Amino acid sequence: MNSKPYAKKVQVQAQINGEPVEFLCEPRQTLLEVLRESLGLTGAKEGCSNGNCGACSVLLDGVLVNACLVLAVEIQDKRVLTIEGLAPREGLHPLQEEFLRQGAVQCGFCTPGMILSAKALLDHNPHPGESEIRRWLAGNLCRCTGYEKIVRAVQAAAERLSQQEAAVEVKP
Amino acid sequence: MQEFDYVRVQSVQEAVALLAGEENRARILCGGTDLLVQLREGQRQARLLVDIKTIPELNQLHYDPVNGLTLGAAVSCLRLCQDETARQLYPGLVEAASLIGSVQIQGRASVGGNVCNASPAADSIPALIVHRAVCRLVGPGGERQAAIEQFCCAPGKTILQRGEILVSLHLPPPPPGFGAGYLRFTPRNEMDIAVVGAGAAVILAEDQQTIRWARLALGAVAPTPLWVEAAGDFLAGRAADAENVQQAARLARQAARPIRDVRGEAAQRSQLVEVLARRALETAIQRARAAVH
Repeated sequence: MNSKPYAKKVQVQAQINGEPVEFLCEPRQTLLEVLRESLGLTGAKEGCSNGNCGACSVLLDGVLVNACLVLAVEIQDKRVLTIEGLAPREGLHPLQEEFLRQGAVQCGFCTPGMILSAKALLDHNPHPGESEIRRWLAGNLCRCTGYEKIVRAVQAAAERLSQQEAAVEVKP
Repeated sequence: MQEFDYVRVQSVQEAVALLAGEENRARILCGGTDLLVQLREGQRQARLLVDIKTIPELNQLHYDPVNGLTLGAAVSCLRLCQDETARQLYPGLVEAASLIGSVQIQGRASVGGNVCNASPAADSIPALIVHRAVCRLVGPGGERQAAIEQFCCAPGKTILQRGEILVSLHLPPPPPGFGAGYLRFTPRNEMDIAVVGAGAAVILAEDQQTIRWARLALGAVAPTPLWVEAAGDFLAGRAADAENVQQAARLARQAARPIRDVRGEAAQRSQLVEVLARRALETAIQRARAAVH
C-alpha cells in the first residue's frame, strides 16, 4: 500500500442546520476547518485546536462535541447543528436573547460555543441547577465575563423555555 | 495536520486485517479526543486511520445478571454515564467516566479508548480494576481475554499485539453487599488530569460490618494504573472500621511509586494516595451498606 497516493479528497454527505450538504474534504481536515473554510459557517471559532476551550462546540446528532476533534469525514450521514442554525427564521433563540439581555457577551469569541453547550444541557435537562450548568459549561472557556452572567443567562433561558412549554401544553 | 487516509469499518475482522497489514502505520480511530490531538501535534504518526466506532459489536452496552455488564470498546463515556443500570450497579466506573474531560469530550471519548491510550493517570482504569473487568481482544491470531490490571505495561503501552484490538470490556455482576467508588485529586474541579486517582470496591458480609473482599487501585502514581493487592488482602475478613480502612490506605501509600512532574510533587502524591484511598474505601463501604441485600 506504500505506493498509494494519500490525501485523496473524499466526498461527504451530511445534514447541517437542517439542510442536506455535500462537500469534498481531505481525511485530515477537521469538521471545524470544513465548516469555517469550505462551508462559510464561521460561527464555530478556532481557539485552542485541542479540545480544551470549547469555542468550536457544535451538536453532532444532538451530542455536544468539539468540532476541532472531529474529522469532517466522520460526519457522513449525520446531523450537525452550528450556531447559525439555532435561531428560528425570525428573531433569536431564547438562549441568544438571554445572553444579550443579561450581558453575558463581551468579546463574543466563546459565545457560539457557550450557547450550544447550554442548548445541549437544556435538551438533556430543562431544569438544571447552578452547579449542573457550571459543569456543562466547564468545557467552554471565557476570558472576559467571569462566567456569572453566562450562568444567569442560561438560568433565565431555562425558565423562559419551560414557561413556553407550559403555555403550549395549556393551549389545546 | 499530517496527511492520512481514512477507512470506516463494519466488522472486527475487517479492522484487524487493515491494522495488521499496514506496517504499523495504521492507527485505530474511535472518539479521536486523544489521537487527533497527538496527530496534530506530531506526537504520533499515521498513514491510515481505521474508524472502528461503526462496528456494531463495539457499541454493545448491556447487562444481564449472569454475565454482568458488556461494555463495547467504542461506547462513549456520555452513553455509559447516562445508562441507568450502569449508574446503579457500577458506580465506580460511572464516576470515573464522568470525570474524563468536558461534556464535549465525554460525548466523543470512549471508555475503551481511555484504556488503550494507557495513560498512567487514566481515570477509567483504576475503576475497571476494582470492578474486576476483563478485556476481550481480537487479533490476527484469534481471540483472547486479559484482566484489566494486566492490560497496561508502561505509559502509553499495552499488551495489544500488532493488528489486535480491544473489542469489549466485561464486568461481572456485583454480588450482594457490593459497593464501589472512584475519586481523584485535581487542582481544578473540571477539565483536568488526575494528580492522584483512587478506586475502591468492597463486598460486605450479611452483618454489614465485616469486609469479605476488597479491591483498591490507584492512578497517576506508577508507570501504569496500580492494583494494590496488599490492601485488599489486608481488609478481607476484617471489620469495616476506620482503623482498618486507615491501615489499608497506608498500604496503598507504601505501594505507590509516584514521580514528580508538572502536575505534582512525589511527596504530595504520596500523601494524597493515603487520603484518597481512605475516602474511596469509605465511599465503597457506604454504598455497600446502602445497597439492597
